[in-house]
Amino acid sequence: MRYLTALITAAIVVVAVSGCGDDDTPAPGDEAARACFSAPGTDPVRPATDDLAPPDRLTLLTHDSFAVSEGTLEAFTETTGIEIEVRQLGDTGQLVSEAVLTADQPLGDVLYGIDSTFLCRGLSAGLFQPVALDELESVPAELRLDPHDRVVPIDYGDVCVNYWVDAFAGEDPPASLTDLTDPAHAGRFVTENPETSSPGLAFLLATIAAFGEDGWQDYWSALRDNDVEVTSDWTSAYYGSFVAGGGDRPIVTSYATSPVAEVVFADPPVAAPPTAVLTDSCFRQVEFAGVLAGTAHPEAAATLVAFLLSPTFQADIPLNMFVYPARSDVDPPPVFLEHAPEVADPLVLEPAAIEVHRDEWTDTWAEIVLR
Amino acid sequence: MGRDRAAVTGTTVSRSSRVLDVATAAVPLAFVTVLVVVPVVAVLDRGLDAGTLLDVFRRPALREVLWFSLWQALLSTALTVLGGLPLAAVLARRRFRGDGLVAAAVTAPFVLPTVVVAGAYVVAFDRLGVDPVGSVTAILAAHVFFNLAVVVRTVGSAWAALDPRLDEAARTLGASRARTFLTVTLPALRPALLSAAAIVFLFCFTSYGVVLILGAPTRATLETEIYRYAITRLDLPTATALAVVQLATVVAVLGVGSRLGRGSGAGTGRLTGAVVGRTLDTRRPFASGRDRLLGTVVVVVTLCYLALPLASLVIRSFTADGRFTVEHYRALADPLSLLPVTPLAAMVNSLEFAVVAAGVAVLVGGAAALAAAGGGRPGRVVDVLVVLPLGVSAVTIGLGMLIGLDEPPLDLRSSWWIVPLAHAVVGAALVLRIVVPALRAVGRRVHDVASTLGASPGRLRLTVDLPIAARAVAVGASFAFAVSLGEFGATSFLARRPDQLTAPLAIYRLLSRPGETLQGRAAALGVVLMVATLTVVVVADRWAERRGGWTP
Repeated sequence: MRYLTALITAAIVVVAVSGCGDDDTPAPGDEAARACFSAPGTDPVRPATDDLAPPDRLTLLTHDSFAVSEGTLEAFTETTGIEIEVRQLGDTGQLVSEAVLTADQPLGDVLYGIDSTFLCRGLSAGLFQPVALDELESVPAELRLDPHDRVVPIDYGDVCVNYWVDAFAGEDPPASLTDLTDPAHAGRFVTENPETSSPGLAFLLATIAAFGEDGWQDYWSALRDNDVEVTSDWTSAYYGSFVAGGGDRPIVTSYATSPVAEVVFADPPVAAPPTAVLTDSCFRQVEFAGVLAGTAHPEAAATLVAFLLSPTFQADIPLNMFVYPARSDVDPPPVFLEHAPEVADPLVLEPAAIEVHRDEWTDTWAEIVLR
Repeated sequence: MGRDRAAVTGTTVSRSSRVLDVATAAVPLAFVTVLVVVPVVAVLDRGLDAGTLLDVFRRPALREVLWFSLWQALLSTALTVLGGLPLAAVLARRRFRGDGLVAAAVTAPFVLPTVVVAGAYVVAFDRLGVDPVGSVTAILAAHVFFNLAVVVRTVGSAWAALDPRLDEAARTLGASRARTFLTVTLPALRPALLSAAAIVFLFCFTSYGVVLILGAPTRATLETEIYRYAITRLDLPTATALAVVQLATVVAVLGVGSRLGRGSGAGTGRLTGAVVGRTLDTRRPFASGRDRLLGTVVVVVTLCYLALPLASLVIRSFTADGRFTVEHYRALADPLSLLPVTPLAAMVNSLEFAVVAAGVAVLVGGAAALAAAGGGRPGRVVDVLVVLPLGVSAVTIGLGMLIGLDEPPLDLRSSWWIVPLAHAVVGAALVLRIVVPALRAVGRRVHDVASTLGASPGRLRLTVDLPIAARAVAVGASFAFAVSLGEFGATSFLARRPDQLTAPLAIYRLLSRPGETLQGRAAALGVVLMVATLTVVVVADRWAERRGGWTP
């Protein structure tokens, strides 16, 4: 026992004397934010599949919500001869964390699914190498959040509060974020934990954007007093506690396109969606893809990213992942235009600000809501 | 010992014996340096930043985590000790048919993977209609489940070794049963009680799988927060600061426990086999009908407490949509989008890792035991260093390996080997702890006789020490195998490649998503893992028992 204590003391002394070691993982804070949009220092990669040793397979790292129609990825294989292996690493936050932790020995060649809330974490860690793609000309400028094109926008969507229309027959449904704190709607709202859920985080950021850094804590205290339920992920909220899944809560944090999904998957078919969206609560999320910096086949990987921006893939996105294609020349299917709400003015926050404060915001949130 | 040998056989023997001592010590020392010292120093290096350390006490969220870690561990310890004492009393004082089986049954939970047990509690609470997540009751119940074995074994052994005549004398002098217990037995048991309490506290304080599955996100301990800050938030300064605070608390508690527990006759060595007195079996058959009834109630209640969660897990694995089915087991070979490999492949990975880990643990732990039993300075250093991982949490070791072993020539973290080597770190410590008492018991005289007959120290080791220690080595190897099968904390940090997914990690991922099917799959995989773990330990113990001869 004495030896143990002596050894540990010795180790502490040695370490204290030798000073701090190097720190090669990105530090949270202002440095990260500044590093986010500084120039990458490497030349952009152009798509090509005729390098000396073309790979016969590329690995696409993505999150658990990735979905494509059968045959879509095979179209890529037909034109290039390269197979795509899809690896799903969890939700967006986990996806990006895993990629950062294995940056020196990447688990794949292309990463798709980093969104605006985690953009800076990936960029500051030097995860991606810039690409030069002709397809980017068809993407609106406001979606291209990275001026250096280390990541390119593939799709965008909005996280909004949804409510079950029939539950509000005879009374006014909630029309704004503030209405959710109205005692008339007590015990009716279910949302997700921002630490473990991407829509949960988006909703928290929406409240911060709407009420400001000084007002959002009071808002959440009021929500808590109004008996808000918090689940760890979207599936437990939407298909567990929300009315659509058999639960008893008629208001949920979900997506602007959830009513469309309700119509598409309705059995028997319905004419109108059973849910509606609180458009004032919508928070815009843009999803990006990029070539991982450590990949052995950058040109081929760039070709895959270009494919994600091709009309073929872009047209397949809406009915699989229920988000809008980034390309302005690809229209979403008619059912989208019919049943999805028009979100003219979504709430947004600067990616750099999100990176700097995210942890502190979620900590504060946890203290107000969970403890 | 070297000097004694020299006195008998001359200086040449003592010199080569010292060389051999150093050589046997070199292997475990190298192992421990790379896989324990470097990681721990890496963690201390990053975490011993005055600012972030103080932050742990300044930030309310982190203070709360520290406080919760402490009080849940203290409460778990108290409950475990109280819960284990009755059975310890029965096993120590009474002989009855099946007492060996009862003792083995109480030990079984200890080797079970934490993820499996936590999963069993999730299923059991679900069945009762109570939401187990965030429930402190569930966490405490699971902790008691695991650690009853420690209390029953440690206190039971010490109790059985007590001279019954002290009790008898007190009774003859007129003390009631209760008074005798409080004033004679309890003080005599104090060292063993405190020693057991310290170990249980250590396990509950650094508990990872149980808190993660039953507590997150509302309840968190230092251990789960270290993971969250390091991996989910990529905030290494805070993660390492938490690890340092945890390490300091563990060292403090172990120090206090060891000082208070000094003089305890029962060590932490033997965890299998029947509880018998060291020199004389002082157990008696049940004295009266009432005595038998009391004893039976204690045994039945304790065994039920241990069996019920596992039973509900087994039942759950055979249930889908309310009917009996084997589909969960059949589907173990089917791919799931949630996992990079099939659950069956994850189980195979676990078995591969366990074989390699047990092999390395036996080599390293065995060499360390030879060095430690041989005495001398290298022996003592090896003894302390190899056992160090038992006091450092799995998560801290995993974190340390992640940040410490990231540069050549020690860039092991991207290699397949890092997972079994991390498992072997704890396995070697267990092997050492089990084999050293065996070797020490061999006796100097046997060595001296063999030396006089001309055996070199090397030959001595091979032909005298090893066979006698073989039983202990087998038990140690089986424990190392079981620990590797169930390891979760360090593996969460280190298994980044798809071919490194282990069964515990797969079970955790399946449990973290809602859904009847996923829960059923998790239960099935959990049952497979549980059966594998128990089989190995039981078979090894039985084999070792049959080889017979000397008992430690």
